[in-house]
Amino acid sequence: MSKKPTELEEDEVETTGHSWDGIEEYNNPLPRWWLWTLYATIIWAIGYTIAYPAWPMLTQATPGVLGWSTRGDVAAEIKAVDVANAEIESKLAAADLTTISADADMNSYANNAGKAVFQTWCIQCHQTGGQGAKGYPNLLDDDWLWGGDIESIHTTIKHGVRNEDDDDARFSEMPKFGADELLEAAEIDQVVNFVLKISGQEADAALVTDGAVVFEDNCASCHAEDGKGDRDQGAPNLTDAIWLYGGDEATIRDSVNNARFGVMPTWAARLSESDINAVATYVHQLGGGE
Amino acid sequence: MSNIEEKAPKLYAAREPVFPRKVKGKFRSLKWGLMIFTLGIYYISPWIRWDRGPNLPDQAILVDLAGRRFYFFMIEIWPHEFYFIAGLLIMAGLGLFLFTSALGRVWCGYACPQTIWTDLFILTERWIEGDRNARVRLWKSKWDLKKWRLRIFKWFTWILIGVATGGAWVFYFADAPTLLVNLVTLNAPVFAYLTILVATVFTVLFGGFAREQVCIYMCPWPRIQAAMMDEDTLTVGYRDWRGEPRGKRRKGADVENLGDCIDCMACVNVCPTGIDIRDGSQLECITCALCIDACDDMMEKIGKPRGLIDYLAFSDEPAERAGAQPRKIWQHALRPRTIMYTTLWSLVGIGLLVALLIRPEIDMTVSPIRNPTYVTLSDGTIRNTYDVRLRNKHGDDRPFDISVDAETGLTLSLEGLDADSVVVNANETLLQRVYITAPKGSAAATSDRTEFRLWVEDKIGDELVHTDTVFNGREK
Repeated sequence: MSKKPTELEEDEVETTGHSWDGIEEYNNPLPRWWLWTLYATIIWAIGYTIAYPAWPMLTQATPGVLGWSTRGDVAAEIKAVDVANAEIESKLAAADLTTISADADMNSYANNAGKAVFQTWCIQCHQTGGQGAKGYPNLLDDDWLWGGDIESIHTTIKHGVRNEDDDDARFSEMPKFGADELLEAAEIDQVVNFVLKISGQEADAALVTDGAVVFEDNCASCHAEDGKGDRDQGAPNLTDAIWLYGGDEATIRDSVNNARFGVMPTWAARLSESDINAVATYVHQLGGGE
Repeated sequence: MSNIEEKAPKLYAAREPVFPRKVKGKFRSLKWGLMIFTLGIYYISPWIRWDRGPNLPDQAILVDLAGRRFYFFMIEIWPHEFYFIAGLLIMAGLGLFLFTSALGRVWCGYACPQTIWTDLFILTERWIEGDRNARVRLWKSKWDLKKWRLRIFKWFTWILIGVATGGAWVFYFADAPTLLVNLVTLNAPVFAYLTILVATVFTVLFGGFAREQVCIYMCPWPRIQAAMMDEDTLTVGYRDWRGEPRGKRRKGADVENLGDCIDCMACVNVCPTGIDIRDGSQLECITCALCIDACDDMMEKIGKPRGLIDYLAFSDEPAERAGAQPRKIWQHALRPRTIMYTTLWSLVGIGLLVALLIRPEIDMTVSPIRNPTYVTLSDGTIRNTYDVRLRNKHGDDRPFDISVDAETGLTLSLEGLDADSVVVNANETLLQRVYITAPKGSAAATSDRTEFRLWVEDKIGDELVHTDTVFNGREK
């Protein structure tokens, strides 16, 4: 650096001794501040390994004098979020369900919190979009077994359906008309065709008339005389386009023969009141809420 | 191949201090002017006011990070319009390519903040410690009271400049008058003080102490720009065919056979990177042109023509050696490479300008919900759900009417609302869930994909925007 290029003889310049196709590499000194930077990083590294978890030991790394850990960081962050949300959580827990959507802040919070709860606890059966699966109701449509207003949804979530853990769980049981020989095979044939008829599908006209009688005697008490069901008993509407288990002849026959007994757990034991309010709000605004 | 000497070379070299001498001349004047202009822009811009109405800030240039808005006079940029910024950056890049290919490192020498602030720091240094000779003496002298006094006063002044630099920076990110009051009364956010601290430290470090080392060791641009330069690019150079053999005009010197260079070292003494331009084009040269001023001054004093050190193009060298005149600047500048850069720059600029002029004040993006793609309702109709992000860039609340074309047979409803209209607050976005239903058995309900157009109308502003999206039915 001290000599200017014109003052140097060509062979005065130190080279590294490497040659690539005759091109050599000068061996010029590094700037000294670069060296200082290197020393500074070494000193920093030593201090860092003392202050923070660093050296691997038998069971865990040295903890570091600052006592910092990623786990502790997460715990602190979760705690901070809980503290920040405490006010709206308690407000949500005490809120009248029907007024949540009118309060923009609470509605936004309930939908986001409700989505998180839903994605954690509900999607195993009802799927990530809430579209359900065979035997697990679709929560997006306008057909509800136990009611689609927010109060009914809240009750269903809180206590569940046909579980043995909650005395307030929604309960009803359909008889196994075939398996328990409550109806003759011919009668089942007739009533299946009647159900096909009232749900707007092709049916054997010869069997439908007798089927109507079988339906009135055995089914109407729950599914109502017009087949539109009864939400107090969780009895599905048999006349619409939505089927929980399937609307083809074979599936309907199976349902009549063996009945169905869908179960949903009680969530009062596992979720807080505000979580249940949040997830009820979320489900209510998925598209089917009444 | 190796020619290792007996004595091992030093692995590390200390920086050789540079003490640029004061210089006067047309380039120095131009640079002072540019410094005042660029620093003026930097310090004054955040204080310019611009009335945008009651709900929007009245600062002409404001980067509102919390609100995710960028305001520039009459232009307001939202995050989804970031391509305007990207376009400006592309234009800045192409502009840099253009100037580099035509005028070499003109950015480095005249406009780069590192150069501007280093100039400013050298200026204060000269005020406090004197010109080159005085500074060299001071540097060599012992640390006595005078040296301490001068050094501390200089460093204090530098820190003030640094604070002013960082202080101006934060005003771009918040309402400047409010923030100034808060900064002074210690009520500003901690982050503002931290930003000023970091900016101060690095301004003093880079402008006061590192100086030319930033250009030589840290900046990638000197390496990249060689790709933009060719033999027609103007760079600062030394007419060695005129100057050599150099020599002082001493008594008894062979004046007849000496070139114009009197070896006065004026060009070296004024150089802010501490090089000798007479060695030829080199990496350290930022083409600040101060050596041209210094040499011209000297040539005038000894009665020789100016331009011994000058802006030169390599392509002129053979002709000049043969005694011809160099070609004009525009003859060098006007060549396919610069024309191409100018064309590209203009095209991007025109594109951005057109995009800016035709962009609507209301806007929407539609994301169809794919999970599930459709829902069958109890009466057999098929329903699709869309999350529609509505944007109202106006300074007042506006009702947005949402609709689909009637001939598609599709019907529309909004989640939580009975009407087909929703109010979007001033300068805000709203996420509205929109349901589209197709009657049972209709074409849309029974085919996999039906394309349709979603309309949003702002009746107050008389603006209508649309987005094409897809309806998914149940295939039989």
